[in-house]
Amino acid sequence: MSTASEGTRHGLSAVLHRHPRLRLSLLIGPPMLWLGVAYLGALGALFITSLWGQDSFTGTVVREWNLDNFRILWESEVYRKIAFRTVGIAALVTAIDVLIAFPVALYMAKIASPRMRQVLVIAVLTPLWASYLVKAYAWRIMLSEDGVVSDLGGLLGIDTPGYGLVAVVITLAYLWLPFMILPIYAGLERLPDSILEASMDLGAKTGHTVRRVVVPQVFPAVIAGSIFTFSLSLGDYITVRIVGGANQMLGNVVYDNVGAANNLPFAAAVATIPVVIMLVYLGAARRTGALENV
Amino acid sequence: MTPRHLRWPRIVAACAALTLTAACGTTSSDDKASDGGFKAPDLPMLQKLGDPEGEVNILAWPGYAEDGSTDPKVDWVTDFEKESGCQVNVKYFGTSDEAVSLMKTGEYDVVSASGDASLRLIAGGDVEPVNTDLVPNYADVFDFLKDRDWNSVDGQMYGIPHGWGANLLMYRTDEVTPAPTSWGAVFDTDSPYKGKVTAYDSPIYIADAALYLMKHEPDLGIENPYSLDQDQLDAAVDLLKDQRGLISEYWSDYLKEVQAFTTGDSVIGTTWQVIASVAKGEDVPVEAILPEEGSTGWSDTWMVSSKSDHKTCAYLWLDHIISPEANDAVAEYFGEAPANAKACDIATEGFCDEYKAADADFAAQIWYWTTPIEQCLDGRTDVKCTDYGDWTQAWTEIKG
Amino acid sequence: MSSPLSPSATWSPGFRIVLRVVTGLALVVIYAPLLLVVVNSFNASQTFAWPPTDLTLDWWRKAADSAGAREAVKVSVEVAALATIFALVLGTMAAMALQRYRFFGRDAVSLLIILPIALPGIVTGIALNNAFRTIFGLELGFLTIVIAHATFCIVTVFNNVIARLRRMGLNLEEASADLGASTFTTFRLVTFPMMRSALLAGGLLAFALSFDEIIVTTFTAGAREQTLPIWIFNNLFRPNQAPVVNVVAVVLILLSIIPIWVSQKLAGATEGLAGR
Repeated sequence: MSTASEGTRHGLSAVLHRHPRLRLSLLIGPPMLWLGVAYLGALGALFITSLWGQDSFTGTVVREWNLDNFRILWESEVYRKIAFRTVGIAALVTAIDVLIAFPVALYMAKIASPRMRQVLVIAVLTPLWASYLVKAYAWRIMLSEDGVVSDLGGLLGIDTPGYGLVAVVITLAYLWLPFMILPIYAGLERLPDSILEASMDLGAKTGHTVRRVVVPQVFPAVIAGSIFTFSLSLGDYITVRIVGGANQMLGNVVYDNVGAANNLPFAAAVATIPVVIMLVYLGAARRTGALENV
Repeated sequence: MTPRHLRWPRIVAACAALTLTAACGTTSSDDKASDGGFKAPDLPMLQKLGDPEGEVNILAWPGYAEDGSTDPKVDWVTDFEKESGCQVNVKYFGTSDEAVSLMKTGEYDVVSASGDASLRLIAGGDVEPVNTDLVPNYADVFDFLKDRDWNSVDGQMYGIPHGWGANLLMYRTDEVTPAPTSWGAVFDTDSPYKGKVTAYDSPIYIADAALYLMKHEPDLGIENPYSLDQDQLDAAVDLLKDQRGLISEYWSDYLKEVQAFTTGDSVIGTTWQVIASVAKGEDVPVEAILPEEGSTGWSDTWMVSSKSDHKTCAYLWLDHIISPEANDAVAEYFGEAPANAKACDIATEGFCDEYKAADADFAAQIWYWTTPIEQCLDGRTDVKCTDYGDWTQAWTEIKG
Repeated sequence: MSSPLSPSATWSPGFRIVLRVVTGLALVVIYAPLLLVVVNSFNASQTFAWPPTDLTLDWWRKAADSAGAREAVKVSVEVAALATIFALVLGTMAAMALQRYRFFGRDAVSLLIILPIALPGIVTGIALNNAFRTIFGLELGFLTIVIAHATFCIVTVFNNVIARLRRMGLNLEEASADLGASTFTTFRLVTFPMMRSALLAGGLLAFALSFDEIIVTTFTAGAREQTLPIWIFNNLFRPNQAPVVNVVAVVLILLSIIPIWVSQKLAGATEGLAGR
C-alpha cells in the first residue's frame, strides 16, 4: 500500500468524518435513486395510464385524459363483487395463517430445545424452495375428486371441497405459511424469558401469560407477517386459476386486461384497488411498529 | 419528524416531478384507428429475400417450435438452424391475448397467431402482408385454408397457414349417459352434471354460445357467431351466465382439462382433439364428438412482424415450418390437422384420418376463431357489432 | 434468546403438549404436498393420476437430459445471486442511513423500501414492464429481471441489518475512531463483522425470494431468458413435460437443504434464524 493512496483514503475518510450530511447522502443516494426514481416513477407512469383510454381493437393507448376506466369500475357491480371477494379471501388466509403460525412459532422459540429449534427452522424454511407452481399443482391433485383430501375426508364423513374458493383459501394459506412463521418466530425470540418467568412468579397461569404478556409483545411481528400474507393474496392470480374452479380474483382481472384486450389503462385502473388497500393497511401497520419486523 | 406543514409541499413537488417523467413514457397511437371500420394499415410486403440475418425470434404456442430441449427426439428447429444459419429464439405464450401484447413490443420476428389474434395484429400494424411467392411450400397448403377471413384482407394474405383443429365436445363415457349429440348438453340448466361441466377460459368462448343460439334461436338473427350486435351479445351472455352455475372450472391449459377428466372433477365440456387423445392414452374412458350444431375451431397462421430486423430468416422459417416433414412433426406432436397436404403422405398411419386433415366438408362445418370487430363480419351495415373489448368485459361479468 | 434453564418452569405441561401436537400436525400438512410431488415424480401417468398405478424412472432420466431445465436453473441462480448482491449493498446502505441519521422523509423512505414487496406482484410487474419498455427504452432480458428482483429484495436485507444496527449501537465504532481508524477501516474491521450474520440471513431470504419469484418475472423477462419458475410455468402446461417438472422440484427441495443448513451453522445455534 503506497503512501499516496493511504493518504488519499485518509483524507477522504477525514472529509467523510467531518461532514455527516455528505455521508448520509452517499449512503441514501443509490437506494433512493433505485427505489425512488425507478420504482416510484414506474408506479406513477402506470397510474397515469389509468387516466387514459385505449383503442379497443388495436390495443394501442390513446392519450386522452378521462375517468372512464374508473367510472366503469364504479358502476359495474361485478368489479365490486370481485374486490370484496378478494379482500375477504386475503383476510381469511391471514387469519388462518396467524392461527397456525403462532403456536408453531411459540413452540419453536420458547419450548423446543436448541437442537430441535435448528431442525424446525430448517423444516419450515425448506418448502420455500419448492416452486410455488409445483406446490399449487400438488394441492390441485390433493383436492381432486379421488385425491388425498377426499380419501381422508371419507374417514370423517366429509367430502373434498373440490376446486373453488375454499380450495383457494386452503392453498394460499399453505403457500404463505412460512412467511408468517418467520417474523413471529423472530419476534418471539426477542422476547426475554425473564418477562415470562416474572409473569409466572406473579401467579399468572399459562393461558393468562400468553394472552396478556406474549401476544401484545409479539403483535407487531404478527402484523408484519400479515402484510405479506395479505398482499400476496390480494394480487394473486395463479393459484385461483389452478385450484379456484370457475372463480376469479382481482389479480385475474388485472392480468386478463393486460394480456387480453390489451387494455393497460383499464388494468392500471383495476390495479389501483389493491394498491390503495395496501397503502391503507401499511399506514395502519406503521402505528403498531410492525414495519420494523418485516 | 418534520412538521406536517413542511412535508406536504415537498411531497407534491416530488409527485409533480414524477408525473412529468411518467407522462413522457407509455407509447400511444399516432393515428387513431378509423371509427367503426377495419382498415389494414398500408405496409409494404417483402419483395425478395436477402441474406439470412443470423437470428430469428419466434413467438409461438407451446409445442410449435421444439428444438430438442424438452425432448431430444422432438426437434425440427436444429436442422433449420444449420441449413439457414438463423439462430432460433423461442418465446411461448398461453393465450392469443398474450401473443398480441407481446407482438407490440416489436421484439419478435414471427408469431403463430390464431384467428382471434391475427386481425388485431393486422389492424394494429404489428404484422405486414406476406409475399406467398417467397414461400415455396405455400403451394401445397390445403386450399380451404387460403384466403380466409382471419388470415387475409381483400385477397392479400397476411400469413402462412400452420394447422387447424376443432373445439369438440368431450365426455366421460362411464359417467355421461346417454351419449350427448348436441351442445345443449353443456348449456342445459337442469343438467344432471351440474358442477362438472367445463368450458374454455377465454372471451372467445362467447362464440360457442352464439353458435348454439344461431341454431336453436333463429329469431335472434345470428349469421356468424363472431359477428354479434349488442342484443345478440346480450343473449349469448345470458346463456353463459346460466351456464356458470354448471361449471366446475374454466380451463386454459390442456393439462388441467386432462387431469379434471381423469379425476372426474369434470365429466363433459369443450375440448381439443389432443386432450381427448392424451386422456385416452392414459386409459381414461372419454369420447370426443362434433355435435350436430357444428362447432368453433382455430386455425393458426404464421405472421411476420412489421418491425422485424430479420425478415429473410423469418421467411425461411415460414417455409421450413410448413414443409411436409416439419408440418407433420408439429401436427403429430401438438395434436392438430396439418396445413400442408403432403404432410399426410408421410404422417403416421391413421393420423390424418383421426384429425380429418383432408376432410374439407368437416373443415367447412367449423367456425374458426376470428376476432370480433365493430364492422360486422357477416356483412351487415345497419348495425355496429360488438368488438373484442366488449367481449372481454362481458367475459369478466359472466365469470362473476 | 431463551435461557436453557427455564422452559420447564414457565409453561404448564398441558400447554406444551398442545403446542407440540399442533406443531407436529402443521409439519405434516406442510410436507404432505411435497411428499406428493416426490411420489409423482415416479408416477408413470403423464397427468398425475392418483393413486399412481405404475412407477417409473423415466421422468428422472428425461430430467437429466433436459437442457432447458439446466439452463433455467443456471439463469435463476445467476439472477438471484446478482439481485441478492444489489440488495445487500443497497439494503445495508439504506439501513445505515436510516438508523444513524435523522433527516426529512425518514419514515417515507422506510415505507418506500417496503413498498415493492407490500404491493401485489402483478402491480409491480406491469408497472416495471411499462417503465422499462416506454420510459427507459430497455429491452426486456437478464438485466431487467435482476433490477426487478433486487427492487423487492432490498427490504429483507434492510430489515435484518437495521435490527442488528439497533442492537449494536455506536459505541464500538466510536471507540474504533478514537483509536485512530479511518471511516473505511472501522467499517471493514468493526461494523461489517458484527453485521455479518444479519447480512447472511437477509441475503439468504432475498435469494430464496428471487429464486422462486414468478409473477414479477413474467412481466420483466424477455424472449431469451427463462428463469426456473418461468420454465416450470411453460412446462406444467404440456402433458409430455409436466412430470419432468416434478423431478426438478424434488431436486430443488433436496438441494436447498444445503444452503439452509449451512447458514444455520454459520449463524450459530443461539442466534436464531433472523440473525437479529
